[in-house]
Amino acid sequence: MGLSLYEKIWARHAIAKGAGERSLLYVDRHLMHDGSFHAFSALEASGRRLRRPDACFATPDHYIPTRNRAAGIAGIADATVRGRVEGLESNARKHGVMLFGFDDPRQGIVHVVGPEQGVTQPGMVLVCGDSHTSTHGAFGAMGFGIGASEVAHVMATQTLWARKAKTLRVTVDGALTKGVSAKDVILAIIAKIGTAGGNGHAIEYAGSAIRSLSMAGRMTVCNMSIEAGARCGMVAPDDTSCEYLSGRAFAPKGTDWDKALAFWRTLPSDADAKFDREATIDGSALVPQVTWGTSPEYGGAVTDVVPDPERESDVVRRESMLRALAYMDLAPGTPLAGLPMQRVFIGSCTNSRIEDLRAAAQVLRGRKVSIPTMIVPGSGLIKQAAESEGLHRVFAEAGAEWLGAACSMCVGTNGDLASAGERVASTSNRNFEGRQGQGVRTHLMSPAMAAAAAVRGAICDVRTMLD
Amino acid sequence: MEPFVRLKAVAAPYELANVDTDRIIPARFLRYARSAEYASYLFRDVRFASDGTPRAEFFLNRPEYAGARILVAAENFGCGSSREGAVWALAESGFRAWIAPSFGEIFHENTFKNGLLPVTLPAERAARIRALLAAKPGAELTIDLSAQTIALPDGSVEVFEIDAFRKECLLNGWDDIDLTLKHEAAIAAYESRQRNETPWLAGSMIQTRNGGRSS
Ligand code: SF4
Repeated sequence: MGLSLYEKIWARHAIAKGAGERSLLYVDRHLMHDGSFHAFSALEASGRRLRRPDACFATPDHYIPTRNRAAGIAGIADATVRGRVEGLESNARKHGVMLFGFDDPRQGIVHVVGPEQGVTQPGMVLVCGDSHTSTHGAFGAMGFGIGASEVAHVMATQTLWARKAKTLRVTVDGALTKGVSAKDVILAIIAKIGTAGGNGHAIEYAGSAIRSLSMAGRMTVCNMSIEAGARCGMVAPDDTSCEYLSGRAFAPKGTDWDKALAFWRTLPSDADAKFDREATIDGSALVPQVTWGTSPEYGGAVTDVVPDPERESDVVRRESMLRALAYMDLAPGTPLAGLPMQRVFIGSCTNSRIEDLRAAAQVLRGRKVSIPTMIVPGSGLIKQAAESEGLHRVFAEAGAEWLGAACSMCVGTNGDLASAGERVASTSNRNFEGRQGQGVRTHLMSPAMAAAAAVRGAICDVRTMLD
Repeated sequence: MEPFVRLKAVAAPYELANVDTDRIIPARFLRYARSAEYASYLFRDVRFASDGTPRAEFFLNRPEYAGARILVAAENFGCGSSREGAVWALAESGFRAWIAPSFGEIFHENTFKNGLLPVTLPAERAARIRALLAAKPGAELTIDLSAQTIALPDGSVEVFEIDAFRKECLLNGWDDIDLTLKHEAAIAAYESRQRNETPWLAGSMIQTRNGGRSS
C-alpha cells in the first residue's frame, strides 16, 4: 500500500520508539517569536543549551506596535510588552539564532515571514510555539504548534515525543467562482467538519480547487487547520510551491536546489495511499462565508440567516449555540447580510499577504470606508511590495488606516483592541469571546468581504460589488 | 516534577462545549512569566465582572468548588491556541486533572508536560459524571492512575485509557528531556543523515543572510 505525504514525512523523522505509540520526532526547523520567552527561561533554568541554533529562526510579532514604529522599541509604552520584544532580541543574540528584529525591514508575523524567506520547505518537520504553525503545511511540510514546555524540549534536544496522527483527506474540486477565496474554502470546511472534526488527525487538502490556489491561498487554508481541530494541515508540493521557493533567501541554492527538487517530487501522497477519513466539498458551489458565533464552526454562507439553536438536537451543542448567540447579541433568523459592523481588521497570519491586500484593494478602489478600518500587512516586505504597487494610496484614499506588520487585532496583545459591544469584520482566524477585546464580537470573513463590510458599514455579499 | 499517582478531590462539572484557551486565560496575561498570580487569570473574563466582583452564576464561584482539584468538562476542552498559560492558570488554581470527551490537542499535550492528567472518556460517560457531580455539588472523585480508574460518588467506577508513555512519565514524575537525551545516538545519526542527504537543511539558516522577495 502506498504512503501519504504525512506518512512519508513521519517515517523519515521518527528516529526512536518510546513506550506506547510515541515516537521521537526530529525537528528540522524551529521558529520563534516574542512569546517564546517562557521557553527560553525554562531552558536557562535547566542549565541546558540550545542544541541547533542554526535550525532556528526568530522574528517578533505578537507584541509589536502597528503605529509609531519610527520610535523604535523604546516607543513601546508598556514596559512588560517592551520587555518581550527586547527579550527575544537578546535571547536570539545570546543563543546565536537568526533574527529579523524590530528594526529589520523583513520583520513580520512569523508564519508569514518564514515562508516568505524560504525557511519553510517541503518535507521538513517544522515547529513553533504557536498553534498556527499549521500554516507551513502549505508547502508539504509537517508544521505544528507546540506549548512552552515542548518548545523548551525542542530547544534542548531538537526533537519531540509525538504520536502519529490519523490522516484525513479533504478534497475540494471544482473552480471557485468570482468573490470566493481560500478563506471561504477553509471556513466552509470548518463549518462542515466542526472545530473538533480534525482532532487527532493530520489533514491533507487535495482536489482541483486546492491545486489552483496560489501559495498565499494554500497558506490561508492550512493556517486554519487548527480551527478544524487538526494540529497540522498540508498540501502536496508541486510546481506552484517550487516556483514560489525558487530564489528565496533561505531556500536551497545551486546543486542543492536540484537535489531538493528531486527530493520534493517524491513527497506527494502515492495514488494508492489510504486515508483514515475523507471529506469532500464542491468548490464550484461555494459562496462567500461569514461566522456568526464564538467558534469558527459557527458560520455559513453570507446569503444565510443566523440558525435557530432550538432546531439543534444535540443538547451540548444547543447550549453552546445559545450562549454564542447571547454573546453575539444575535437573534435566530437574522440575515447575515446587512448586519451592521463597527470596525474592520484586515490582517493576521491567515490573511495579510500581498494577494490578500490586492483583494481588499480591488473592493476599496474608488470607494470610501464608512467605519474604522485597519489594514495590517504580514511583513515589512509585504508592506514595501504593496506600496510599490500603490495599494497604500488606494487604502489612504478610501480612508482606511495602513499600518506596520504585526499580529495586531488578531489577538490584541500589542494593545490593538476593539471596544466592548463592537462588531468587527475580521480576516483573522478566531472569533472566540474576548479574542479582540472584552465584549467584542468578531465576524470572520475573507479580505474582500471585510473590505466590502468596511464600505457598507455592514456585512454584505462582496459579489455585488465586483464587476 | 511531582509524580501523579492518585488524586482524591472535589470535582467541578463544566457543561460548556468548545471551551477555548482564550476563555481559560485571556491573551493579555500571557506577557507575564509564570507565577502564583496565574491563579487569578483563570477564566478571568467569565468569572469576574469588569470591576473585579465574582459573577455568582459562574460555576467556579460556587463555595462548594472552592477546593476543587478536578475539572469535568464537555467536548473539545482547551481548543484554540498553544498557550501553556491555560494549563498554568488551572494548575496554579489547584487543579491537577481534567476529564472530558475530547481536548484541544496542544492543550492535551501541555497538560502532560506539566505533570498533570487529562482523562478522555466517551461523551456519554463524561456527561454522566458531570450529571452526578451537578446533583451533589462538592462531591469527590478518586482517580487512580496506575489502575486507570475513577471512583464516582455513586460508588461506581469508570475505567479510562491512557498512552503508556505518558502514564509512565506521570507516575514517575519524569522530565522527558532527560529521557530524550538517552536517545542521543539516534539524534546524532539523524543529524548526520541530514548533512548527507539534505545538506540544505544543515546549517543554511546562518549562512544565507541577505536577499528575499515578498511575493
Ligand atoms: S496573527 Fe494571530 S493567529 Fe497568527 S500568530 Fe499572530 S496572534 Fe497568532
